Amino acid sequence: MDATLAPSRRNPLANLLRRKEAAILIALLLLTLVIAVIAPRFVSGTNLYQVSRQISFVAIVALGELFVILTGGIDLSVGSVMGWAGMVSAWAMVALGLSPPLAILVGVAAGVAMGAINGSLIAYVKLPPFIATLGMLSFAYGLVLGLSKGWPITGLPRSFHWVAQGSILYLPVPVWIAGLLAVTAHVVLTYTAFGRRTYAIGGNEQATFLSGIDIDRIKFVLYMISAGLAAISGVVLTSRFGSAQPDTGRGWELDAIAAAVIGGTSLAGGSGTVLGVVIGACIMGVLRSGLVMMGIDPYWHISIIGVVIVLAAVLDVKTKKA
Amino acid sequence: MTPVLEMDGITRSFPGVRALDRVRFTVNAGEVVGLLGENGAGKSTLMKILAGVHRADAGEIWWQGRPAAFRGVREAQQAGVSLIFQELNVCPNLKPVDNLFLGRELRRRSGLLDYRSMRRKALELFEHLGVSVDLEAEARRLSTAVQQMIEIGKALLTDVKLLVMDEPTSSLTDKETERLFRVIRELKARGASVVFISHKLAEVFQITDRVVVLRDGRNAGELDPRTGTVDQLISLMVGRDLGSFAAERRAAAPGAEVLRVEGLSGGPVRDVSFTLRRGEILGVAGLIGSGRTEMARLLLGADRRASGRIVLDGRELRIRSPRDAVAAGFGFVPEDRKVQALVLGMTVRENLTLAIHRAVRRARLFLSRPAEEAVTDEFVRALRIRLASREQAVSDLSGGNQQKVVIARWLATKPRVLVLDEPTRGIDVAAKAEVHRIVAELADRGVAILLISSELPEILALADRVLVMHEGRAKAILGRAEASQETIMHAALKASA
Repeated sequence: MDATLAPSRRNPLANLLRRKEAAILIALLLLTLVIAVIAPRFVSGTNLYQVSRQISFVAIVALGELFVILTGGIDLSVGSVMGWAGMVSAWAMVALGLSPPLAILVGVAAGVAMGAINGSLIAYVKLPPFIATLGMLSFAYGLVLGLSKGWPITGLPRSFHWVAQGSILYLPVPVWIAGLLAVTAHVVLTYTAFGRRTYAIGGNEQATFLSGIDIDRIKFVLYMISAGLAAISGVVLTSRFGSAQPDTGRGWELDAIAAAVIGGTSLAGGSGTVLGVVIGACIMGVLRSGLVMMGIDPYWHISIIGVVIVLAAVLDVKTKKA
Repeated sequence: MTPVLEMDGITRSFPGVRALDRVRFTVNAGEVVGLLGENGAGKSTLMKILAGVHRADAGEIWWQGRPAAFRGVREAQQAGVSLIFQELNVCPNLKPVDNLFLGRELRRRSGLLDYRSMRRKALELFEHLGVSVDLEAEARRLSTAVQQMIEIGKALLTDVKLLVMDEPTSSLTDKETERLFRVIRELKARGASVVFISHKLAEVFQITDRVVVLRDGRNAGELDPRTGTVDQLISLMVGRDLGSFAAERRAAAPGAEVLRVEGLSGGPVRDVSFTLRRGEILGVAGLIGSGRTEMARLLLGADRRASGRIVLDGRELRIRSPRDAVAAGFGFVPEDRKVQALVLGMTVRENLTLAIHRAVRRARLFLSRPAEEAVTDEFVRALRIRLASREQAVSDLSGGNQQKVVIARWLATKPRVLVLDEPTRGIDVAAKAEVHRIVAELADRGVAILLISSELPEILALADRVLVMHEGRAKAILGRAEASQETIMHAALKASA
């Protein structure tokens, strides 16, 4: 009965091309190709290793952004939460002498706490997500500056450096972390009631509410997830630098949101996939690194990235109509 | 007579469906043409092709003797064709005057808006239409009927030669409908034509000069309303004879009391009390604005109640949200399925299982696809939902089938009490009869049902008792023997019963 509408299981390549991520995947491959032609060094092993690590940081934050954007929300505070979580975990190691695994947990918990504040303000006080998280963007950054007086925390234990600088099976540890988180996010969104409800809220919040679903609790949890993922990224980034810098994560909300949108996530809510967001993060990472490798004046990078974000959005709109 | 509009051989396919198949449709000058058919028969699609919202795959359109292909509502409007779609196009945040003149604002020579002239014209227009409109209120605060009048007013402001109205009276009272008909007759006298799409057959006979019937995307025939009968029209629409419009339901054997509501108040609702027995259908009648929907929302925890007790099976419930109500055994089919019930971007399966995630989980965490599919198939079969695939987007289904998906969602929860708010609004005759059958069967199986409806024949055919609401209060509760169109309207309209 449903043979006509079900995707065929015979040809996986054809299925992949029919998916809506196909267009941006092709865009990513083309972009890589162009950069490789102009700067062959880009596709060298060492560089790809670096780039993949860089992409992981953005990808993790963008995954969190995906969760909240799916409900039609937004989280502007992820960059500040990154810095806050990195600072707290560094402080836990240096001032409290906690072991790195414990300190990482403390840092992530501190980030999730900020997400709980966002979530309460949005789900229960009913503030618009834009406003609540804009406030948190400023608050969390200010907290970092106030407590650190603008100084970095250095002298982190050697074993902590492994988190971002080590590798397992030739791949950087952050890539493994991002991959694990992406798979988990995909499973949660696709195979659990929580994920289904997240999409449902973005598709029709009122209908979901009237179906007896506790949409407030789901939103509350979603902002904790977003902050938690940002915190993980922030802690790993701190390991990458070898010290906690007050400016860590500054402006990253834009890259994360851009990655989600480039990946086909609708800001209106209800549609978007983990695969799309990961590809979106790859495009952002490849572009940033490619611009450097091609020897383009860094002063022009930001404009070029802006153009690419808009082009990706245009591509998305046009392919959806077809 | 020469036709002003001639559409011929119009064909249009959507993925999986041939929506229109070589349809011919003409309108003469000064003629009111009824366009009828079940939901999904292609009426709206045909009109959207006329306006250029959709493109035809094949076929010709002639407007005033010249080939025409409008590329959108605006172009159609400039040529004198105005369309009022089922979904209202009023901006909820703008005031009536701004809505009326949206896109053709009057300006002073300086380029600034000429508010005084627009206001004066708006007042004249509303007076002409016979509606009193609060010009200072944003459109969202106005009733649906008034919003509809604004839409009609917008069309009248242009030099309209053909006005297409899709279900214009679905939210109007009889009095408002009468005014609308007066406007239609005036248009006709001016030589303009009207296409009138409606499910209200009595009105079709009252206002149209000719009725064109579509069935499954094809011309099913025409009918002269002066000589034809309702039965002939219905058999043209459904392609077969229907016994009676809604089968009379035999009275239920009174079961044990399931629900007791005492002194329910909140918002416009004041002190409503009633009881509901096992297998009983309690009809809720009343005018639009009498607080029927609001009462249901209080009962289900969708809005906060100020006071009142809700007792289910002898236990007082603490209902603070729909979640509590659903957990206690309530189901709710809301009034507007697209806005309040369906997640349009999701599939039939995903919509159908939205309220029973707990029942289709395995390992307490993951949704089980096979379990979801089994439930979906069970209800698609039981309610005879017509679809190509359960993985189809629910937005692709016809109105009647969408409504069945919403009902199925709640049947899957095995509710003790099912609240239905206008369950047959905007669905076609055959689907209506099926929904009535489903509701009657549910009651026979012991579900207690609260049936809110503006269609008195529906309430009279199905309900065991009728609660009549008036200005937020339960004005009367009529037994099956006393309930009639007259007694219900009497209670709904008069200040004292």
